[in-house]
This record gives sequence, structure tokens and C-alpha cells, in this order.
Amino acid sequence: MAEPKIDLKNLKAGGFIKERGKDLFTVRLRVPGGRMSVDRLSKIAAVAQKYGKGYVHLSVRQSIELININFADFDAVVAELGEEQQKVASCGARVRVPTACGGCEYNPNGLVGTQKSALEVDQKLFGTATGHHKFKVGFAGCPFDCPKSATNDVGFQGAVWPKLDSDGCISCGLCAKSCAEGALSMGADNKPVFDAAKCIYCGDCIKVCPTGAWSAEKKGYTVRIGGKWGRRPLVGTLYATFVPEERVVDFIAAVLGWYQEKAEGAGRVRLGDIIIREGWQSLLERLRSEFPEYVVQETIAPQVIQSQLPLPGQQA
Amino acid sequence: MQSIDLRGVTCPTNFVMAKLKLEDIEVGTTVEFLLDDGEPVKNVPRSLKDEGHKLLGLQERDGYYVLTLEKGAE
Repeated sequence: MAEPKIDLKNLKAGGFIKERGKDLFTVRLRVPGGRMSVDRLSKIAAVAQKYGKGYVHLSVRQSIELININFADFDAVVAELGEEQQKVASCGARVRVPTACGGCEYNPNGLVGTQKSALEVDQKLFGTATGHHKFKVGFAGCPFDCPKSATNDVGFQGAVWPKLDSDGCISCGLCAKSCAEGALSMGADNKPVFDAAKCIYCGDCIKVCPTGAWSAEKKGYTVRIGGKWGRRPLVGTLYATFVPEERVVDFIAAVLGWYQEKAEGAGRVRLGDIIIREGWQSLLERLRSEFPEYVVQETIAPQVIQSQLPLPGQQA
Repeated sequence: MQSIDLRGVTCPTNFVMAKLKLEDIEVGTTVEFLLDDGEPVKNVPRSLKDEGHKLLGLQERDGYYVLTLEKGAE
């Protein structure tokens, strides 16, 4: 049986969210990257059937939420979910469960292992208290960016840098035709000419090349920082390119460290607004000291998306 | 050389039709596919490559593209 006295603050930290009805809570489950075994899904269904309302909610950040759970059943719900190693997620000013696309294992567009990255971040950073506000991380496997990585506090996007072996090229022109960014054109010698400034690292040239003349010189993540949605949306901006998968956790920890320090005393303020207040230079230099080979020369402040009218300072 | 006209067929139907046509063709045979500009010419070649066929070339004709490939092993 549940304790008669339950600390609601701790419950919120643990992913138990108060509903409208008396004694009723939503239980948010921890589903990093949105991937779930069918066995676990069956267990969740059984628990939801036994203790819930007869439906679950699929949250926007890939979680399953059990609805209408009576607080007296918390212990039983947690224990039964635990039979399939299903854990409860978090709320509040913490590192949240990371989101991710399906990744590269079965999706032909995927460039990097986003599922693996999401699991690793979940294991090592999930639930870390920020001291200020929520902290969201998301992984997109390629520049199509289905997970909208730049709307996270730290968003990762799979990237590949192409290199050409001119001798292997049969001058078919498929790469130039496939390049949606105009970074490739066929030159006078009938070989592709690469305009690096236009490349967004999608790897379409490598994928279409019939001979393997185009190959990956390096792979990793493009990192954008300072995004959020909500009442006052911000889109994160570019801080690093080709961050290797094995440096992801360290990179996030460095951003988190800067945020914890710079937001001191600011109250419940997200990372992007702290960057606007402190200037992007401060964060960029901090990251450069730890990741000199990946951090870009300079960046811009998080981009304010005007979603209300009149604009600030204008008359209605 | 056999020519398969996929003009006017949208993705992914054009790819599925190409795949079905290739089932009746012997391994090692060269065939050409006529593809519309835009999505078809960007997507179909890559998908056929992923299926194990050998892309040989792409030529622009009057408003469309001709993809030449050699059928790969099963």
C-alpha cells in the first residue's frame, strides 16, 4: 500500500503529474528516443488496463502517459511496470528524457545512431537537476530533422562530410542532380565541383553515388543550442559541427555546466534566454575550451520567433 | 536495350514499378528508366542502388531523365 502521506513535490520530480480529479495522477513513463520493445508495451497496456482509465496518452516527447491513476496505486503501478524494466520519467527543472528519430538502423536517410545516443544520454544525464528550469535534448539522424532538434535546449542533427575520389568517378552526374542544396555541379572536366559553403552535410551524394567515389570523410552531429517552444519560442543556433557520437554526453554536460553557473539567481529561465542575456560568446568560448576541434568560429543568438501580435514595442 | 517509362508516376509508386519490372529481367542486363525531374530523379536512383543494382549513368533529355542501370544479383 502507498504511504498515507505523499510528498507531492517528489512525485512531480518522479513523473507523477496531478490531474483535475481528486487523488488522480498522470504517470509519465520514461521512453528514451521513443523506442519500446513489444513486451514492454504489452506490460504497459496491462498496467493501464488494470489501474487506468482505459486509454493512454502518447506525449509530444515520445512518452506514454498513463491516465487517471489513483495515488494509492502508485507503488503497485511502479512495481508492475518494473517487471519489464519500465521506469517513470521526470518533470520539473531537470534533464528530461531525450527524444530521437528512428536513427540509421532501418531508416535509409539516417546518418548516425540517434537511438544509441538517446539511450546513452538517458542513462548518464536523465534527471540531473539544473537548478533553474527544464533541459531538453533531442537527436535527429539527418538534416531532414523530423525531431526538430533546434527546438531543444541542446539539439543534435546527424551529419556527414563528403569527400570525392576523382579516379572512381564515372561522371554520371547523379550526385549533382541529387544535391538539393546546390553544393554540387558538374565542372568543365565532367567531374563534380563541390561548393563546401552550401553543403548541409546530408550525404545524399554519397548515398546515390554508383561507384563509391563519394564517401564519408567524417560523421557526427551538428549541434544547435538554446531552442525551446512554449509561450515565447526560440530556435537554437549552431555551436558545433561533426561532434562524434562518443563525445555527446560530455558536450551536453559542458552546456549544462555553463547554464547552471550563468543562470544562478535568474529563477525559472531556460537556457536560450540565458544565452541572450549573457551573450553567445560566453557559451561558445566555454565550449571551445573543451571541444576546440568541433566548435564553430562564431554563432548568433537564439532566434526569437514572433508568435504574438502586436510585436514588442508596437501599439495594438 | 529495354526502356521503362516511369514518367508521370509519382514516388514511391515509380520505385515499386521499377522493382517489379526488374524482377522479370536477367541479372547483368542493362535497362533504362525514364524519370521525371524533381523528386523522381532524386529518389529513384538511390533506392535502386540500395536494392543492389548498379547505376551506370544519368542523362538529361528534353524535360526528363534517363537512368541506365545494370540489374544486380538477387
